[in-house]
Amino acid sequence: MFKGKFIDNLPKIYGLYTGGFALFFIIMMIAEKNGASAKSIGVMFLSFTIAIYALIGVLSRTMQVSEYYVAGREVPTVFNGMATAADWMSGASFVAMAGGIYYGGYTYMAFLVGWTGGYVLVSTLLAPYLRKFGCYTVPDFIGTRYGGNVARLCAVVVLVLASFTYVTAQINATGTIASRALDIPFATGVWVGLISILLCSMLGGMRAVTWTQVAQYIVLIVAYLLPIFWISWKSGFGIFPHFQLGEEVAKIAALEAQFGLVKNSAAAIKAAGVPGGLSYISVPHSAAPAGAMAAWKYISLAICMMVGTASLPHILMRYFTTPNVTSARRSVAWSLFFIFLLYFSAPMLATLSKIQLIDPSLPTSIIGKPIDQVMAIEWVKNWIHVKQAFIADFNKDGILQLNEWFMRGDVVVLATPEVAGLPYVVSGLVAAGGMAAAMSTADGLILAIANALSHDIYYKMIDPKADVRTRLLVARILLVVIGALGAYIASMRLTSILGAVAWAFDFAMSGLFFPLVLGVWWKRATRQGAIAGMVLGLASGTAYLVHVAPAFNNNTPWLGIDHLRFGIIGAVVCLVAMVVVSLATEEPDSATQKMVDEVRIPSGRSILGKH
Amino acid sequence: MASAKQEAHWNDTKGLMRITLAIWFFFSIVIFMFGHDLNSVKVPLLGYPLSYYMTAQGSLAAFVILIFWFAGKQEAIDRKHGFSDAERTED
Repeated sequence: MFKGKFIDNLPKIYGLYTGGFALFFIIMMIAEKNGASAKSIGVMFLSFTIAIYALIGVLSRTMQVSEYYVAGREVPTVFNGMATAADWMSGASFVAMAGGIYYGGYTYMAFLVGWTGGYVLVSTLLAPYLRKFGCYTVPDFIGTRYGGNVARLCAVVVLVLASFTYVTAQINATGTIASRALDIPFATGVWVGLISILLCSMLGGMRAVTWTQVAQYIVLIVAYLLPIFWISWKSGFGIFPHFQLGEEVAKIAALEAQFGLVKNSAAAIKAAGVPGGLSYISVPHSAAPAGAMAAWKYISLAICMMVGTASLPHILMRYFTTPNVTSARRSVAWSLFFIFLLYFSAPMLATLSKIQLIDPSLPTSIIGKPIDQVMAIEWVKNWIHVKQAFIADFNKDGILQLNEWFMRGDVVVLATPEVAGLPYVVSGLVAAGGMAAAMSTADGLILAIANALSHDIYYKMIDPKADVRTRLLVARILLVVIGALGAYIASMRLTSILGAVAWAFDFAMSGLFFPLVLGVWWKRATRQGAIAGMVLGLASGTAYLVHVAPAFNNNTPWLGIDHLRFGIIGAVVCLVAMVVVSLATEEPDSATQKMVDEVRIPSGRSILGKH
Repeated sequence: MASAKQEAHWNDTKGLMRITLAIWFFFSIVIFMFGHDLNSVKVPLLGYPLSYYMTAQGSLAAFVILIFWFAGKQEAIDRKHGFSDAERTED
């Protein structure tokens, strides 16, 4: 009875929640005016929001299998869209993306196109059909469509590899934010982050994760957009920067020409003692590089991110939670809309941040000013102190040149409000937003891994007779174990060898994209074909990664396909292997073909369940 | 084997998928094959260079509109062939 009421009252509940959050923000503003310290505001923001997520997590506890795995399949379209957006946008999207655009320019923005365009593939090729199937996990689909435990196991392996690559980065991000805002050591911050994450997911599984993700989306989108509009308005660039920065983009191009985009040599950077991980502006802000290779670099990155998006299990499984096929399809559209709100704002933040620093006619600028003057600015001092910024006077003229100002990409999001003179309360809000982004993605990923292991390995392969209590107990134990493993690896700070977030996309596309898509769209696809595709796709992709990755063998990439793009190799091998082996083996039996026919129409019962 | 009705529904679905993916291909890949040349064009009213604008906002917005349009079209196909589940609630 309460449950039905809860679903009907969602707009009211989350409206109240948003209002409460706004009220909290105003109280913090007043507290700041009355002399509350920056640190106490940061602590308040983090503990208040985490306490709310934990409360939602505890209230959503459940002992029912379908609620634990797929939130009872009753999440309304728009709310599932918000939850997916939070699931999708990671700590990296929130903290690092604007910085990536700031330093990487046009070519980096292939990520924006890739991470949005992928949803077109999700919507047309996969989500509605997987929902009709009625599975609990992505390997559940592979295992049932192709039959047999080998196919299921291969899918689990790809899922674990892709998701685990991704999750350590998320736990790492929660640790960084918690340690900075709460002023505790990083290793402790990681465990604080992990406990917060588990509080949201352990008792209620997908049901709890769904409702905390909606709450986290609201915090993260407010925390991202509010400072951008505020900065733009306060600095006189217009109230709606998205439509008003044309002149500024042109001006940045002119200033780049005036100052000159100089490349520092690695030796000079080393000699000056620049701390690791800091960058300087050496790539044009808006100019697109010429030549076929440059275009291919952009397109190949976009392709990898798009196809990877359509293969990542923690995203696909969000569409198992909607009431029916039509709502799953619409939910993809809403997801992309909510993601779009952040992604189309990131380039604006990068533009605002850059023009404030390099335009000499603005009071906030530092480039072209005497270095001793710049060194005296409060925010510059603070960020240099924590080794997130650095000044190296290469030409010894005492004036700060474009190539002499070093900064970590994250600082774009974290410091721009401060540079523009916004109150500290905004920095507290940004910390809470970054935490929400990292937590929500980590929750989705840990749940995807633990569910695949508990449902596909334990229940389907090891003990099909297990009762509900045991299944849910195993699921929860695995959740804690995987989370702890991720936190342990994150606390060792092996990030340099753990690789980029992009690798998760490449792993997923190498092993899963074609087995999933062809499972629906090609009746002739056979079990042997799918197994060959998954094994050879993943193996060839991984081998190529080891061959080219700077952290491993560091060989020259073939045709510009570097370690961020190895999924192109894996996916092509996967497709060829799958088609060749499928055609060489016997056609799937009529029961399987009938099942595929049923998957293709929205009406009627789902294949596996009663919904 | 699939009934004639199911075949007809699937043919329409495939047609819509091809159109949707063709539009997707244009906004995600074709434009950026000519990124350097198109960037000298200024977007009217907004003033951004065209390729910069497409990768920062334009293509992203096109995808959002495309998926909503696709969902509506696919629902119409489902209804036309009598396979819609939109009215179905919990069972």
